[in-house]
Amino acid sequence: MTPLTGYLLVAALLFSIGLGGALTRRNAILVLIGIELMLNAANLNLIAFWRYGPHPEALTGMMFAIFSIAVAAAEAAVGLGLVIQIHRHAHTTDLDQMNRMRG
Amino acid sequence: MGHPAFSVSHREQVAPMSFVFYVLAAVTLAGALAAVLLKNTVHCALALTVAFAGLALLYLELDAQFAGFAQILVYIGAVAILIVFAILLTKGSETPKDGVYSKNWLAGLAIAAGVFAVLGWAVLESARVLPGSGGTPTAAPAVTVLQIGNALMGRYVLPLEIVALLLTAALIGAVIVAMHEKEETR
Amino acid sequence: MLMQSDLLTLSSLNVPMPPQAWIVRWLWLIPVLPIIASGIISLLKQPQRKLSAGLAIGSLSFSFLLSFSAFAHRMGERALLLDFGFNPMARDVVNITWFQVGATSVDLGWVLDPLTAVMLVMVSFVGLLIFIYSVGYMEHDENFTRFFCFMSLFAGAMLGVAIANSLLLLFMCWELVGLTSYLLIGFWYQRPSAAAAAKKAFLTTRVGDVLFLLGMVWLFAQTGTLLFYKGGAGAIEPAALTALLAQHAGLGLSAAGAIGLLIFAGAAGKSGQFPLHVWLPDAMEGPTPVSALIHAATMVAAGVYLIARVYPLMAAGAHAGGSTAALTVVTWVGAFTAVFAALIAVAQNDIKRILAYSTISQLGYMMAGLGMGGVAVGMFHLITHAFFKALLFLGAGSVIHGCHEEQDVRRMGGLRTDMPLTFVTYAIGMLALCGFPLLFSGFWSKDGILEAAEHWSVAKTPFYMLVFGALLTAFYMTRQVAYVFFGARRGSEPAHESPRVMTAPLAILAFFAMALGLIGMPAWPWFRAFLEGRAMGFDWHGFAEPGLLALMGTSTLVVFLGLGLGWWLYGDKSPAPQEPDALERLAPMPWGWLRDRLYVDELYGVTAIAFYGWWARVADWLDRRVWGGAVAGVAGAFHGWARFNRFLDTNWVDGGFDKGCEELASGGGLLSRVQNGRVQTYLRILAAAVVGLVAILIWSSRP
Repeated sequence: MTPLTGYLLVAALLFSIGLGGALTRRNAILVLIGIELMLNAANLNLIAFWRYGPHPEALTGMMFAIFSIAVAAAEAAVGLGLVIQIHRHAHTTDLDQMNRMRG
Repeated sequence: MGHPAFSVSHREQVAPMSFVFYVLAAVTLAGALAAVLLKNTVHCALALTVAFAGLALLYLELDAQFAGFAQILVYIGAVAILIVFAILLTKGSETPKDGVYSKNWLAGLAIAAGVFAVLGWAVLESARVLPGSGGTPTAAPAVTVLQIGNALMGRYVLPLEIVALLLTAALIGAVIVAMHEKEETR
Repeated sequence: MLMQSDLLTLSSLNVPMPPQAWIVRWLWLIPVLPIIASGIISLLKQPQRKLSAGLAIGSLSFSFLLSFSAFAHRMGERALLLDFGFNPMARDVVNITWFQVGATSVDLGWVLDPLTAVMLVMVSFVGLLIFIYSVGYMEHDENFTRFFCFMSLFAGAMLGVAIANSLLLLFMCWELVGLTSYLLIGFWYQRPSAAAAAKKAFLTTRVGDVLFLLGMVWLFAQTGTLLFYKGGAGAIEPAALTALLAQHAGLGLSAAGAIGLLIFAGAAGKSGQFPLHVWLPDAMEGPTPVSALIHAATMVAAGVYLIARVYPLMAAGAHAGGSTAALTVVTWVGAFTAVFAALIAVAQNDIKRILAYSTISQLGYMMAGLGMGGVAVGMFHLITHAFFKALLFLGAGSVIHGCHEEQDVRRMGGLRTDMPLTFVTYAIGMLALCGFPLLFSGFWSKDGILEAAEHWSVAKTPFYMLVFGALLTAFYMTRQVAYVFFGARRGSEPAHESPRVMTAPLAILAFFAMALGLIGMPAWPWFRAFLEGRAMGFDWHGFAEPGLLALMGTSTLVVFLGLGLGWWLYGDKSPAPQEPDALERLAPMPWGWLRDRLYVDELYGVTAIAFYGWWARVADWLDRRVWGGAVAGVAGAFHGWARFNRFLDTNWVDGGFDKGCEELASGGGLLSRVQNGRVQTYLRILAAAVVGLVAILIWSSRP
């Protein structure tokens, strides 16, 4: 197994764990945690490909990853703000109970 | 198909995975698993922090020092804290009555397993098809902050400005969204 | 005795034919005029009596005049002497082709020969007298017009039978005569007995007619034509007869003999021979003029006339002085019928029924005469019988009318003084029927038959039978006359004489009943000679034939014996109606059998009618169960099919459609459950879809 394959597998596993958590937990915040894990897995992928790619000196992969971190942070902020606001309205963060969009 | 993107000439011996990698991978994965499986939400957030840390060390292992430190600064220093704040503000530390997993959690698990299967299959398939890819490169890239700064201001200036805009918008938006609105909370 | 078939026709001699006399060309008017009159009368209303009677009598008088001129024409023809020294066969024929099918043609036509001429004159004359009589008899009946309509139709049809040269035309008129007989017997159709009698008459004659038709078809098949005379090619002319004789038809008969027997079956039905005689006594339900015209003088004589017409066919193949199988059968049936009916007549109490059985008996005489003696013998008796039997029936009608519709002889009596004219004419008729010697025609005609019977080559038994029959005839007629005219009056009311319109025809008929004897005497056998186309002069030596005087003596003796016996038992005594008959006291058992008509009707009831009842029940069962069942089965099958279709339609088509719609709705319902408002569900679906797509992508891009 090459190092690249190893990193890729780790990233895949991380992504799956994040997805599983996003799909199975009740709490909305834990869904966001899962999303963060998925984003990080993607970042790992990027860095790994940058490292073992043909032109690491172009810094493409790393720049991509850095921008991704920045955007992820902004998204986490906004998302959590939304969760807090929802909590204020529904007095719960249980996703199973939020079906106002039903139909 | 053309020639493979990654090739090792002369049939060089491929470097095996290093011990450090395995350790770091284990830590990261353990942290991630804990983050999604634990009952107490705060414990999940802390496990997430461990996962972030593991990832940062993996970046360092991959010679992406700037990314690694940026990961620590941003993710652990900001996102994780944010998450903790949010948990505390939404009384997420209380264990819900019906359990922490949603109904039909098995479906979610199955789907996640399916995703891993597909991704793993893709990876292994390409590894099989393109042997020797991802072997040790000629040298580790010497990446300095100067180079990153130059790249940011030079080649990637547009994405930079856009991200700045995005961050501003996110900042304002988060504030607005999370603001107390006096009429509605009554 | 010369046969008609032995003489040649003019045309076959290749002699230039004289142009046909106008009467021959217009001969068809004779039957057509009364038929047209009948048609007009049928359109008249009931109250128009004078007009209908006038039309009927007028048309028949015209027919009579034409018949007489035809007769005169035939008489005059005999005076023609041609070069080769003998009179040609005086026969004029007019044939018309009716239609053609391929090579065969069906022809109709009429013939004027001596046989036709005498028949025409007799029928039209007697018919005319009876029409005049009916004006008086039917005066009180409200269906006067309908009566004359039917009578006129009958007269036309009977005349049609007389002139027909084609067996087909004869059969058509034969059936028409049968139809009018049915209509007239059932004239008072409201009476159930009359309606039943009409049906019986029609059905019984039908039995004979079926066999007649069979014979006709066979004859047509063999000879290719149904015309009697067609210039040598007719069905009863020598060429055809030779061909028919050569064919064998089984049972030792030739085709000629078999066809002759079949035709005789039809004649037997119409002329009331045993065993098809049962309808004639019941036919007395009709008005008396009907009985006189149809069932005494003319229609029943049609059978005899038919045999006379096809005599060459019946006599084909006989050696000189011998007889054929067909003629033998005719003789035996006739002789048997003569005695059989006479026996039954002895024990009847209805005045008309006695006369009916007498008619049957005399028809038997005629048939026997035809069989043994030939056309002239039989026809002579037919002519004389027509006159005196019509006279007797009209006289009986006068008696019934005078006794206020009473018909039982035991309730009459003493009418000699009350109705003198009727008595005298009736007595003349009765004596003629008995065959009282010398003065009365019946004697000469019956003697002719007895003479032929005495010299018959096959057997002597018919002779004895006929002599016995003569005895019985005298006996029962004396009984009847004694009951009706002699003794004390036993009826409830006094009787009155009939009006002149009724008694005048009686007188005329009485005259002829006596005078006609003159034309058949052995001394002047004019009748036979006329029929055979020869001239004949008066010759006393005719009486000198061996055995003739002895025969005349025998028959005279027999007649007086019968008269004496009858008078001894019944004369001038007037037993009360409820007392048993004198003969009954002597021999009660045979009397009972005779009074019950020797149980022939009962036999039919048990056999034929019972069989038909059974057959009708079988047919009914078949119809209801089998055919009806088949129809019901088919209907049921269709029912079931329809129900099955409905089931299919409701459950499968409609139901399927409904189910489909339900499934669609529930499918929609199911699908809408995906939109449950929960984010995680959407996410899961998204992820699953992406997994699927990526898998496909990777799979398809494998090298």
